[in-house]
Amino acid sequence: MILVKSFLAIILTSVLTENFVLCKFLGICPFLGVSKKLNTAVGMSAAVIFVMALATAVTYPINKFLLVANGLEYLQTIVFILVIAALVQLVELVLKKFMPPLYNALGIYLPLITTNCAVLGVVLLNQTKGYGFAESMVNSVGAGLGFMVAMVIFSGVRSRLEGADIPKFLQGLPIVLIAASIVSLSFMGFTGLVDGIFA
Amino acid sequence: MNPIFTAVIIVSAIGLIAGLGLSIASKIFAVPVDEKAEAIRECLPGANCGACGFSGCDGYAAALSKGETTDTALCAPGGNDTAKAIGEITGLAAGEVKPSAAVVLCQGHNVNAATKLEYQGVQSCKMAAQIFGGPKECIYGCLGYGDCVEVCQYDAISICDGVARINPYICKACKMCVKTCPKGLIEMLPLHETKAAVLCKNHDKGAVTRKECTAGCIGCMKCVKACEAGAVTIDKFCAKVDYDKCTGCGKCHAECPVGAIDLMTLC
Repeated sequence: MILVKSFLAIILTSVLTENFVLCKFLGICPFLGVSKKLNTAVGMSAAVIFVMALATAVTYPINKFLLVANGLEYLQTIVFILVIAALVQLVELVLKKFMPPLYNALGIYLPLITTNCAVLGVVLLNQTKGYGFAESMVNSVGAGLGFMVAMVIFSGVRSRLEGADIPKFLQGLPIVLIAASIVSLSFMGFTGLVDGIFA
Repeated sequence: MNPIFTAVIIVSAIGLIAGLGLSIASKIFAVPVDEKAEAIRECLPGANCGACGFSGCDGYAAALSKGETTDTALCAPGGNDTAKAIGEITGLAAGEVKPSAAVVLCQGHNVNAATKLEYQGVQSCKMAAQIFGGPKECIYGCLGYGDCVEVCQYDAISICDGVARINPYICKACKMCVKTCPKGLIEMLPLHETKAAVLCKNHDKGAVTRKECTAGCIGCMKCVKACEAGAVTIDKFCAKVDYDKCTGCGKCHAECPVGAIDLMTLC
């Protein structure tokens, strides 16, 4: 019961109060780049969830048995970048061979994720927060879900922007950035939510 | 051991394993590239307009190479040259692309057509059409906000006096504008042939049409009687020409009291 409670707390934290995109400002480029349409936004988010979970599963043992065991924690960033990049490449190859429809659906987004700071961010934060393996996995799936929530909400906002009569000097990126900041502000309202529920 | 050595060894070991793993994986999971599809894709114009009915040039090329379609003449922008090139690669008989161009069937420009309201919303036909069918009295006519201009990848369309006009010399017959026009005003007309075209889609009764637009078809039947080939019919108070039957004699054009029928020779 306590385990379920702590997992729930981690998921709620990473989805709402510490949303990666809207509160930690990680992974902003896909957030602005791919949120124009709902289906691409969902596709990208699904790929991010998948890669985050996979990256955590692989980097956790590497960190524990190679880096921490040898006192090399300061190499985390560089080693994780290396491992995640190689991992995404591998996933791309495997998908291309065995699941062409999924590969075609995710095709453009997978390479984009290689350099997505949200993925690196989640594996690094797992270490700084001192999570165990199960908690790390829950946290990374939660972070991916949070990314999806942000993308879906923002794609809705952007589809409204398409039909709106926007002043000329705000058209294009400026209005998108303003909209993003307002959506982000609204997520700040969740502050203290998790502490309140699980206190 | 010196901690620097350990660090160097571990990082390079991970790099080496990742590199080797990837190169082995790329051999194991290699997917044979469809060379035929690639070659066909090279011949296609790459506008991804969807006139062929597939998801884009890649989709058409893949369908041709897999034998899902044997019709080499589906690419309207590419025309006969593309059909021939595809025929050479696939060994299929090169089909003939009947050259055509898009025409906007409306003459309701600012002088001819009366307006019923002042529209100040988003400058888009799709949006304007939702408010009482648009600012013009005639709810069938061109709104002139240029949804078709935006969608045309060849810059063939311009707005003159509130009505879209398509340059047949530039038009590649991709039909993007045909799909976009919320009023369904754009039709394909054969090139290099003289045809009578009814430049109106107004289905209101004659008396109503007259109040809406001076160039609107009133359904008076004069053209139907004048046509010797039986190509002209009246459908809901608006003349319609069957381009297959039309000989381009111009008798309907001469008879039309409102000048709604024009004799056209595209290019």
